[in-house]
Amino acid sequence: MPEPAPGTRDSGARDSGARDSGARDLAAQDIAATPSAVPSGPGARRGRPRPFGGRSRRIDPGALATHAVLSLGAVAMVFPFVWQVMTAFKTLPEAVRVPPSVLPETWNWAGFAQVFTAVPFGEMLTNSLLNTAGRTLGQLVFCSLAAYAFARLRFRGKNVLFAVFLSVLMVPPQLLVLPQHEIMQKLGLLNSVPALFLPGMFSAFGTFLLRQFFLAMPRELEEAARIDGAGPLRIFWSIMLPLVRPALAALAVITAMWSWNDLLWPLVVNTDPAKAPVSAGLISLEGQFMTNWPVLMAGSVIASLPMLLLYVLLQRHFVQGIALSGSKG
Amino acid sequence: MAVFPSTAAAGQAERRSHGTGAGTGTGTRRGAGANGGRGGRPRSQRAAYLFIAPIALGFLVFYIWPLLETFWFSFTTFGAFGGNSWVGGENYERVVRDVTVGKALGNTLLYMVMGLMTLPVAIVLADLMNRRGLRGVPVYRTLYFMPFVTMPAAVGLVWNWLYNGDFGMVNEALSWIGVDGRYWISDPSTAVYAIGVVMIWSHVGYYLIIFTAGIKAIPRDYYEAAEIDGAGPVRRFFRITLPLLSPSIFFASVICVINSLQQFDLIFVMMSPENPALGETQSIVTLFFKWAFDENSQGAAAALAFLLMLLIAALTYVQFRLQKRWVHYA
Repeated sequence: MPEPAPGTRDSGARDSGARDSGARDLAAQDIAATPSAVPSGPGARRGRPRPFGGRSRRIDPGALATHAVLSLGAVAMVFPFVWQVMTAFKTLPEAVRVPPSVLPETWNWAGFAQVFTAVPFGEMLTNSLLNTAGRTLGQLVFCSLAAYAFARLRFRGKNVLFAVFLSVLMVPPQLLVLPQHEIMQKLGLLNSVPALFLPGMFSAFGTFLLRQFFLAMPRELEEAARIDGAGPLRIFWSIMLPLVRPALAALAVITAMWSWNDLLWPLVVNTDPAKAPVSAGLISLEGQFMTNWPVLMAGSVIASLPMLLLYVLLQRHFVQGIALSGSKG
Repeated sequence: MAVFPSTAAAGQAERRSHGTGAGTGTGTRRGAGANGGRGGRPRSQRAAYLFIAPIALGFLVFYIWPLLETFWFSFTTFGAFGGNSWVGGENYERVVRDVTVGKALGNTLLYMVMGLMTLPVAIVLADLMNRRGLRGVPVYRTLYFMPFVTMPAAVGLVWNWLYNGDFGMVNEALSWIGVDGRYWISDPSTAVYAIGVVMIWSHVGYYLIIFTAGIKAIPRDYYEAAEIDGAGPVRRFFRITLPLLSPSIFFASVICVINSLQQFDLIFVMMSPENPALGETQSIVTLFFKWAFDENSQGAAAALAFLLMLLIAALTYVQFRLQKRWVHYA
């Protein structure tokens, strides 16, 4: 976001004056959320009369410094992505030219084509997709069922079971891959798509996350439904699940992210490239192309793009999922 | 990173109680109903077991049984034909004696220290974004969080390209300010730090979101009162924000330690097998992978994994013991 240079009067920068009252602040936030808040060029008509007009027009040096720091950080965050995409469209000689050019001379797709011919990248994308879908659906079903029981039902041995679930959470996943690999071997599932998602369908974390939400639901709904003769499954399905939809969405996107990006487990169970996900596909690309940067960047663009798109589309749920994992009583 | 601790460990747990026993480990409310001590009516009992059965079965097959099996593995050695033979404490002896383990442990702790450096950065950023009336915060948040959702394998490739000694942008940028470039990831003296920078870059957005949530929960009145009393922004940060954010900071540091100790993806992608700096960047988990799947010493690998678990447990325990000294629960 370009900052108005000091001295340009009223360049549409509405720093909602730092000394405004709380109520005004809320209004300012509402405004900021609308497109009209985009700083327009000099001379743009100001959208809102300001009671303290004169004062809010001055540029607040504190806000300016804050923007400077945050923008610098944002550039550091974004630049690797920009460079990744630019390199993906260059030819190899162009990519290693000194001094480097930012934009490719011609947008050339050869790197992307090479990715698909060098490794079965199309199949790998499908594998990644199935892996992600399998784990996410599995967790939504299994975790929500168990979470509901732990939160709303009474049964013997609840505390013991809960402690066992807790212990599952504590174990580092690396500790389990050797026997898990052996189990897959015994089931005859090595180098198959189900091997990718089977263990990941069960999550203690997901159970705890959803349990917190079920705990917060009012009891009256259940009581009323029970009096009307609804059974536990009916209450769970028709009443409780719709109420915790935000939590389900948060868990779904977080799980999808872990599944799509996972590397260690696929490397262990599916050594056959045709059954590997894209994360492992990138490793084999790296082995083949060493220093052919455009091809490697093209591969990494394709591999990371789906999750980035999902994030941009469902940002609220991502943030929700992360924030929930970080602060919930 | 792949581990999330219990949501109840998050600090704010002690702050509120839903009246249903949230955070105490059981969600039941006794007293109501005639058969209070023995749980609810039989029908709901049966239902509860049915609800839990699928995931319990999954845990049993894929988590609990493997855990026991790994424990057994760590006392055995794998024969050429798949049978295991008992070797007692030999694997543990090897792990303790092996120089590469010591090196990997040192590297892993270094990753942990670098990982913890993410926290102050994220706290300052969260505080800046909390500035009243600041525009563009959603945009900043989106950009800072992008690296976290990006596949680590892809991130590793991109940074390898940036770090490239001959044509990388890192050296290019340094040359503008007159600093000599180097081969960042094949130079044994810089490789581990180069990877550390990528780890920080990847995770800063994650902690930023956690701290933003924590800062949002601090009542505005505190700041206003402090301002009236003449406290400047720096003082307000140290006297209000930091103490009241301490539960979030504690939670973040627990997660950060757990995750840094399990670093695998980035190192695995960034360091090719023939890289001369490999030994200087090997973490416990990459070494585990090498032993288990490249060198066929599953027994020793299992022992190594167990020691990693003990290390994580010990460091987490220490953090919980120390929290009384610096974490303020409102």
